[in-house]
Amino acid sequence: MPDLLRYVGQPVARDDAVAKVTGTAQYTHDLAVPGMLHAAVVTSPHASARIVRIDTAAAEALPGVRTVLTGDGLCYQLGLYMQDKCILARETVRYQGEAVVAVAADTLDIANEACRRIEVEYEPLEGVFDPREAMRDSAPLVHPNLHTYAHMEGVFFPKKDSNIAHHQKVRKGSFDQAFADADVTLSASFYNPPVQHAPMETHATIAHALPGGSAEIWTSSQSPYTVRHLMSVAFDIPHADIRVHVPYVGGGFGGKAGLGLEPLAYVLSRAAKRPVKAVATREQEFNTLPSRQGLHSTIQIGASAAGDILAFKATYIWDAGAYADYGVNIGRAAAYAGAGPYAIDHCWIDSYVVYTHKVFGTAYRGFGHLEVLWGVERAIDMLARKLEIDPVAFRRRNLLKPGDTTITGEPFTPGHGSPATCLNAVADAIDWPAPCLPAPAGKVRGKGIAMLHKAPAMPTYTSCSAVIKLDEDGAADVLVSGVDYGQGTYTVLKQIAAEELKLDIDKVHVAWECDTAFTPYDWQTVASRFAYMGGNAVIEAAADCLQQIRHVAAQALDVSPDELVCEAGTVHPRGRSERSIEYKDLALGYSFPNGNSIGGPVIGHGRYIATGLTHLDPATGQGLPAQYWTYGAHAVEVEVDIETGEIEILSIVTSLDAGKVLNPKLAVGQVVGGVIQGVGSALWEGFRFDPDGRLLNPSFVDYKIPTAKDLPRETKQIFLENPQPGGPYGARGIAEHPMISVPSAIGNALHAALGIEFRELPLTYERILLAIREERADA
Amino acid sequence: MHTIRLTVNDRLEIVEVPAGMTLLELLRDRLYLTGTKRGCEIGECGACTVLLDQKPVLSCLVLAVEADGRDVRTIEGEIQDHRLSTLQRAFIDAGAIQCGFCTPGMIMAARGLLLRNPNPSDEEILEAIAGNLCRCTGYEAILAAIRAAAGGDRDA
Repeated sequence: MPDLLRYVGQPVARDDAVAKVTGTAQYTHDLAVPGMLHAAVVTSPHASARIVRIDTAAAEALPGVRTVLTGDGLCYQLGLYMQDKCILARETVRYQGEAVVAVAADTLDIANEACRRIEVEYEPLEGVFDPREAMRDSAPLVHPNLHTYAHMEGVFFPKKDSNIAHHQKVRKGSFDQAFADADVTLSASFYNPPVQHAPMETHATIAHALPGGSAEIWTSSQSPYTVRHLMSVAFDIPHADIRVHVPYVGGGFGGKAGLGLEPLAYVLSRAAKRPVKAVATREQEFNTLPSRQGLHSTIQIGASAAGDILAFKATYIWDAGAYADYGVNIGRAAAYAGAGPYAIDHCWIDSYVVYTHKVFGTAYRGFGHLEVLWGVERAIDMLARKLEIDPVAFRRRNLLKPGDTTITGEPFTPGHGSPATCLNAVADAIDWPAPCLPAPAGKVRGKGIAMLHKAPAMPTYTSCSAVIKLDEDGAADVLVSGVDYGQGTYTVLKQIAAEELKLDIDKVHVAWECDTAFTPYDWQTVASRFAYMGGNAVIEAAADCLQQIRHVAAQALDVSPDELVCEAGTVHPRGRSERSIEYKDLALGYSFPNGNSIGGPVIGHGRYIATGLTHLDPATGQGLPAQYWTYGAHAVEVEVDIETGEIEILSIVTSLDAGKVLNPKLAVGQVVGGVIQGVGSALWEGFRFDPDGRLLNPSFVDYKIPTAKDLPRETKQIFLENPQPGGPYGARGIAEHPMISVPSAIGNALHAALGIEFRELPLTYERILLAIREERADA
Repeated sequence: MHTIRLTVNDRLEIVEVPAGMTLLELLRDRLYLTGTKRGCEIGECGACTVLLDQKPVLSCLVLAVEADGRDVRTIEGEIQDHRLSTLQRAFIDAGAIQCGFCTPGMIMAARGLLLRNPNPSDEEILEAIAGNLCRCTGYEAILAAIRAAAGGDRDA
């Protein structure tokens, strides 16, 4: 019988709340370093062009300008999984918005004025903007030297003389035979546009290149150690000579993983011999920094008349844009998760990450999964209708259950949680399959349901660590290098540390600045893996502290360490609390009455590394890609105005098998926030390009994200707690998942309301209205 | 350059500013009140919301010279006598904060609402913060926080 938990599972208030409501939380945007210069960039107006000439003379002559850089002298190739990026465009530009020239000046006004004085002459070249066209042999090559780029070997397979940065295959069983044997089949194509993360704090970095070749960096990033590592590789600087600070971060959602503005700020600083601050304008956040990749999906499913899915095939063509240093891993993850949470014996998936001359893609919350599940979960509904089976019953029949294997051959166990219970929970919550209440005149209503799943998509060796040091007063300081950019993990780690250390939670502090000089290693804060991995590392670090405490207390009390019990910040022999010693009298070492001292400062460390993961077989995709899976479902009810196409969401219910809810208040916050982000992807958000590849909506004026007035009438969150073996207190990650299948659930509800199949996102009022009119014209 | 006199969080400031300087730049870059955030600089995100003569304004769209002789209140002025205001406490209790970057502007927009309408309806609250974008929370908890703070003591 486990002890009753004091803190884990409790709605503890955020650790960072006071700093954030008082405006004292300092973000990279707010920081300044003495002598700091300000950066500005000239971006390309062309999507594909040769740089003929750059004249920087007038800019350099402007008083206050300290340095002007072009790509010419910057022979660096950067990237996380694939080194395909330059700091500034060299010889050619590959997307409209790409940085071509950079200036550092005494003030931002001077830097901007200098940029206006720079002349760049371009020779426009043929561009390719649709990844399906980019796959043709005749397509212009976005990266003619693709075959020379360094990349993660054995995992990613760029194809020479093509625009294919990576091709991920999944092959299980015999698709062709099984599809031929199916009683009912479905083929459908779907599309997701590129979407922006739109964190409220745009990317920002201060870099200081120091004499002797070292560097100090302050940056709005999800990844202090990955920034350090990639900078080390790119500039051939020893790791220890690069110090990366990450203060408070104003949102990330994947867009601040990998490298951002750090290399640019660094080379400017190196040239100017002064610290340089680079802050993305909102337009650059949309148009120069990366977005979510677009996706073209084609899905074929075959089922028996009784409703068993027999065969599944998908072709996923990702619009990577001009660079795919992160995008290749999205193509990989989307393949191994690309058939949804269903038991499928015969599966064939091709996932191609394809370069085009457009702003490039990167990780965005639930990467790859919102996109492929838009198609999969719509297709499942469409097939259920062909079969004349209730779509919930059809899903229930085919969901993964113990004894099944996933499409990569991973056995599904009770430890995976229960997708079926997630489905049943949301179906019950919206009273499925009962019809909607009657809609007001001129409006129609419909209900829709969709499943979701995701595992952390990360290298097989992903690791992290934690250090806990005790203070003079017996309080504990927790040091980690995962970043809490709003998701609340530090609060959860504080709860876990307090629980494990048997210490009052007010005496546990998580350091709010990551600093690679002092806080211990963590790969990146992505993929909903920080609470899981960081939680385990903190548990081990706390155990290390307690072992040190017991070891010294045993000598002080002259008993065996095994007899000692830790409780409420004290340690005592079991059953003899009158002989207790407070942590504060052990934190720095113990002194006997005669002055003799033993022990020393208590510092515990803990670590965690992903275990048992394998690379996927290049030919078949078989292997173990997932440390754990989190399953869930959404149910929505919508109301559509058939005269205007306006859609109102009456309710969204979300269930997640969290394994263990570590902090219900934060968990609900994550789900509501994620669901509303999903509504944005569903209804409004998506890049629009002109025929020459220019982004038409790089601002909040033309690219609408949800506002307070777009709240659904009701949201509901349901958490299941089927424990995850190996998870801290049985927990799984839940941060990305709430947004994943919101678009598919809404698409399914729209079909129920209107009888129209929507295959493209976003489901704007305009698109809905045009579809209603087309339907009427046909009728 | 223009010399302007304005009150910022109950304190008189006399500053020389160029004609083109925005109130946002004055607050952040000259007075070091960095609680007011810069999110888009075109009046579309609300992160820079402050009170000008008790009314919420987007400080990126107000010139510093326009604030001459007027009263400006920023997030740094929301705390009184080292105590959080009811509104700040309500944001914490409702779980209305995630990354926190929109929070100062959101609180100032809410403060502006409560000054003119101490008992707003949900619709009035949502209208008042419709220009303040939050990418993290989904707004539900923010609505709950402002609702909870409404009708409570102004503490200032």
